[in-house]
Amino acid sequence: MQLFEKNNTLSGRHVKTDQSTWDQVPDDFLLRCPKCQRVIFRDQLDEYMTCPSCDYGSRISAKKRLEWLVDDYEEWDVGISPADPLHFPGYEQTIAKGEKHSGLKESVWTGIADFGGQKAALGIMDPTFIMGSLGQATGEKITRMFERAIAGKLPVVLFTASGGARMQEGIFSLMQMAKVSNAVAQLKKAGLAYIVVLTDPTTGGVTASFASEGDYTFAEPRAMAAFAGRRVIEQTIHEKLAKDAQDAETVMRHGFIDAIVSRQEEKATISWFLKNGGRYESGN
Amino acid sequence: MNQAIETVRAARSSNKITDQEIREYLFPDFFELHGDGAYGDDPAIVGGIATFHGQPVTAIMTSRGKNLEERMKKHFGQPSPSGYRKALRLAKQSAHFGRPVLLFVDTAGAYPGKKAERYGQGQAIARNLLELGQLPTPIITVIYGEGGSGGALALACGDEVFMLKYSMYSVLSPEGFASILWKDAGRSAEAAELLGLTPDKLLEDGVVEGVIPFAQDKQVQCREIDQVLSQEIKKLQALSSEELLARRHERFRKF
Repeated sequence: MQLFEKNNTLSGRHVKTDQSTWDQVPDDFLLRCPKCQRVIFRDQLDEYMTCPSCDYGSRISAKKRLEWLVDDYEEWDVGISPADPLHFPGYEQTIAKGEKHSGLKESVWTGIADFGGQKAALGIMDPTFIMGSLGQATGEKITRMFERAIAGKLPVVLFTASGGARMQEGIFSLMQMAKVSNAVAQLKKAGLAYIVVLTDPTTGGVTASFASEGDYTFAEPRAMAAFAGRRVIEQTIHEKLAKDAQDAETVMRHGFIDAIVSRQEEKATISWFLKNGGRYESGN
Repeated sequence: MNQAIETVRAARSSNKITDQEIREYLFPDFFELHGDGAYGDDPAIVGGIATFHGQPVTAIMTSRGKNLEERMKKHFGQPSPSGYRKALRLAKQSAHFGRPVLLFVDTAGAYPGKKAERYGQGQAIARNLLELGQLPTPIITVIYGEGGSGGALALACGDEVFMLKYSMYSVLSPEGFASILWKDAGRSAEAAELLGLTPDKLLEDGVVEGVIPFAQDKQVQCREIDQVLSQEIKKLQALSSEELLARRHERFRKF
């Protein structure tokens, strides 16, 4: 049963009279911010892809981020790609999709970069590659990045974005948490600084390892930062979570994040910390 | 019925050995030390000092509790951030005094509750991975039931990991795995097989160092564990701390 006749609504009639106007509207003309729910025009978004009303930084690929984050860079370990240790059915297609979306062979980009004259090893996890999940090759690339940083006496900057361990790789994914953590420990032993920037979303095994091991932990506005996801908490423990319970701002209030830094300020902030946040040597 | 899901059932069975029995038979003079030294005392982790073949050791174990009331308090053996911090505090103390650390794990995973999130579950596990892994004293883990994901890894990031014959270790429960990847928790048997969570498979993959034979009698089971631990402690104590840490680093680097 229907209360009103569908075609007789004002908007329905309007559309019918001038169908061609719709053809003139671009497909992604209007967007809705997933955090503050405001409707925004596509044209309002600049290269930073942040919401003009709440400053939320939308999920972007590592390569997009590089466009405005650094002055110069050189990529490392370009060829490392996922193995399929469990022979998981359909995994190859999942990987192919990730490659297409991100332009990467794994869920992290690594290399050396220049932040306003300050050099650092840089890692950027890519949420468009299987949700930035932590595969064996992801862990390998990040570990090698730390090892090269130690050898070259470079500080490390890591942008995290991850749904957590990569289920398709089973226990081998889990082992990456310990492997990368050991590499972080080596960097610390060498007296080099480690800067983490949490981006939306950083969860699960990545939160429970190298995303929480930085000397400095920054986060982008309203980025989700959590261990257990909302669905797990609500469905297995049956506890209701506040809407903003896993926002970076809340996690900062709880004592686990140093500062919220918007994308527009990231380069300058990181550059300042690379210069002043490491071991002080006079004459430098 | 495949072998993997059988192992999962046995690992979760209520007949299997408990943390109380481990304390009773392996560490008769166990003295419990409470608290994380900062915020609270998670009953899902029981830790303390005992003598083992004449030498003092620190023993830390996940605990499920023996009746419903206890189990509720212990979240059915799922540690809270405070529990991981207690484990780290005791392990550091142990390293400070040159005692080996023996960890016993039977947990479905870290507790995924609201309060656990609030007090930094992810950060607590991360700190264990970062710091426990660098302590210059032998650290051996025995998985005596379920070894669930990061919550188990946080107590299994030392020198060696052994598993009882009927125990499991995986990135996620087979039910969770099946429901996430296939949206069908009913396919858990298939998931268990694919996950490779049985001790034999994990030994083959180099994830664990050995499998401890099963014994129906709990006292006999503890003797089996005892034999492995005393032998491994001796082996690890013969190494210098540099050798020990290099070996530990290599253990995970190979993945």
